[in-house]
Amino acid sequence: MTNYILRRLLYMLVVLFVVSGITFILMHAVPGGPFDREKKLPPEIQANKEKYYHLDDPLYVQFFSYLSRVAIPRVTTIAPTLRTDDDYLINLKMGDYWLKWMNFGPSYTSRNRTVNDIFREQLPVSFQLGMIALTIAVVIGMPLGIMSALNHNKWPDYVGMGVAIFGVSVPTIVLGPILVWIFGVLLQWLPPTGWGAKPPFFLGLFPKALSWDYFKFAILPAFVLGFGSSAVIARLTRASMLQVIREDYIRTARAKGLREQMVVMRHALKNALIPVVTIVGPLFAGLVTGTFVTELVFGIPGLGKYFVTSISNRDYPVIMGTILLYAVFLVLSNLLVDIVYAILDPRIRYN
Amino acid sequence: MTALTNPLTPVADQSVTNKSRSLWQEALRRLIRNRGALTGGIIIILLVLTAIFADVIAPYTFEKQSLLNANAVPTWITRLFPSLKPYAVINEQYPIGADKLGRDLFSRIIYGTRVSLAVAFIGPIISLIIGVIYGSISGFFGGRVDNIMMRIVDVLYAFPGLLFIILLMAFFRTTLAQPEEGTFSYYLGQLDSKFGGLLFIMIGIGLTGWETQARLTRGQVLSVREKEYIEAARSIGATNWRIMFRHILPNILGPLIVLETLSIPGYIYTEAFLSFIGLGVNPPTPSWGSMISDGSRALRAYPNQALFPALALAVTMFAFNFLGDGLRDALEPRLRGTQE
Repeated sequence: MTNYILRRLLYMLVVLFVVSGITFILMHAVPGGPFDREKKLPPEIQANKEKYYHLDDPLYVQFFSYLSRVAIPRVTTIAPTLRTDDDYLINLKMGDYWLKWMNFGPSYTSRNRTVNDIFREQLPVSFQLGMIALTIAVVIGMPLGIMSALNHNKWPDYVGMGVAIFGVSVPTIVLGPILVWIFGVLLQWLPPTGWGAKPPFFLGLFPKALSWDYFKFAILPAFVLGFGSSAVIARLTRASMLQVIREDYIRTARAKGLREQMVVMRHALKNALIPVVTIVGPLFAGLVTGTFVTELVFGIPGLGKYFVTSISNRDYPVIMGTILLYAVFLVLSNLLVDIVYAILDPRIRYN
Repeated sequence: MTALTNPLTPVADQSVTNKSRSLWQEALRRLIRNRGALTGGIIIILLVLTAIFADVIAPYTFEKQSLLNANAVPTWITRLFPSLKPYAVINEQYPIGADKLGRDLFSRIIYGTRVSLAVAFIGPIISLIIGVIYGSISGFFGGRVDNIMMRIVDVLYAFPGLLFIILLMAFFRTTLAQPEEGTFSYYLGQLDSKFGGLLFIMIGIGLTGWETQARLTRGQVLSVREKEYIEAARSIGATNWRIMFRHILPNILGPLIVLETLSIPGYIYTEAFLSFIGLGVNPPTPSWGSMISDGSRALRAYPNQALFPALALAVTMFAFNFLGDGLRDALEPRLRGTQE
């Protein structure tokens, strides 16, 4: 198992290398640079700025120096400074030495801010939104799927699957404005835009206080985001539950005279949820990366806004940083799922 | 040997074609009996007709502005949305109102059908072609080729899809915005602007949507590759091409079509989303996504401007989802009941 995880982590590095390579090539293939303006800068200033950010180096030098800054930890005696090109995500003091790791570089367009600043202040918002959305998706999706499977081809099944089809058919950009209009404008129950937590965050990711003032901002966007995924979970739960419930060991459990509740809860559900767990990983990654549509609709200060504007601004470090971050999320959550899968299903062995 | 095979071949051929035809007919029968799929199909046919006859149905063209009637609404809308009454310019000539440039919303929604349907029909074709070719090569040749090709797909899977497509669109939109005359990108750009920006959306969708299809195709090819009829075909000297297209593809087509149909709503959504963030179709070409985007900026004052295009988008996605579900039940009856 350890062997397997190690190999997967190694493989993950390869994937991240390729992803960063493709992104790097693609973003430099887009014409124009970060300092091109409608009103042209004097060429000396332009050249100076490019020199300052090492944009005058050959592309491969830029690429590999970026990778080494991000990936290779360095040990120095110099304490962390406030300079934008010296901002590391991980700073560890070990005696006289500092271990610094993961410098994603400065942002070209917002001066005095680094990509790591964006990760510290904006990523937690997207992360929280994704987490709440995932919770909503599971809380709605699983019971819906179980209910549909247990009442196969009866009206609760039709209602459940109707809701599921509704969920996959009504995307964020449709459901978002409609719900904002109903609850934000017409009834004025919930604020139509904004987010209830500000940096600094607890443990770097979580809001400091969980109160109505926090959740009233989160309910609408998280519901809109999670609803589509709840449909996916509901369908999968139903399908796998229907399959499991026809197995012999369920018949055996019934034949033993177990109560129906016990059969469903202990014997059927436990096995039916295995395939569902496998989808939660990609779903979570999709939710965290997908938040940026929701963030646009609801005006939430998350990571998504930065990604879209960074592309039109040619803010290379921000583009690279966000794409790499999302890719790490995707790969890690897939790995996590495979491990959980092996724990849940003892028949699976990774060698 | 020839004496043996010759009389046998036509018989075998005939029985195969007969069986496969009845299989498709059977599927069609099942599809029509499925009420949801039938409704979806009818809605899609209506949408197609709307798109074709948009010029006849729409009372105005999609670009005709009338600034005097900016944000105008007919009376029934003011009754439906009491919140907008004090602002509104009343004009009964617009069935569901006009946008901030005084363009008829109804006509724009009608013309917007064209964009969504074009994506719905051409997107799957592109991804089907790339995915099927890639997947069948990978599955058919197996071994090292398969290994390398599937690793590439794995890496592409690690790309956050929506972000990748945004990056691609930015690349297309700016690289080919003002190319030099006579170059290849110039003609591509011309073609794109002729279609109102749709071409690049299609390419973007095609480039990001084929990986799942490739995986499925590979799996299917692997499952039929060792079947006896393939061995039989090979023993009578059929070429790889022939085996692939005559013997393997027709037998694995069902699941591939189902997957493509089920991913159509995703393609429609991708286009709407790209237009929503301003990387989609070029204005003034109407797309439901850009209309929702414009409308949601005025949600408080004129909810009708966002709600009606949103409704159109939702109905279309519903129809394709219902049809896709029905198609799956019809083409893969084994899954019926266990999968929904």
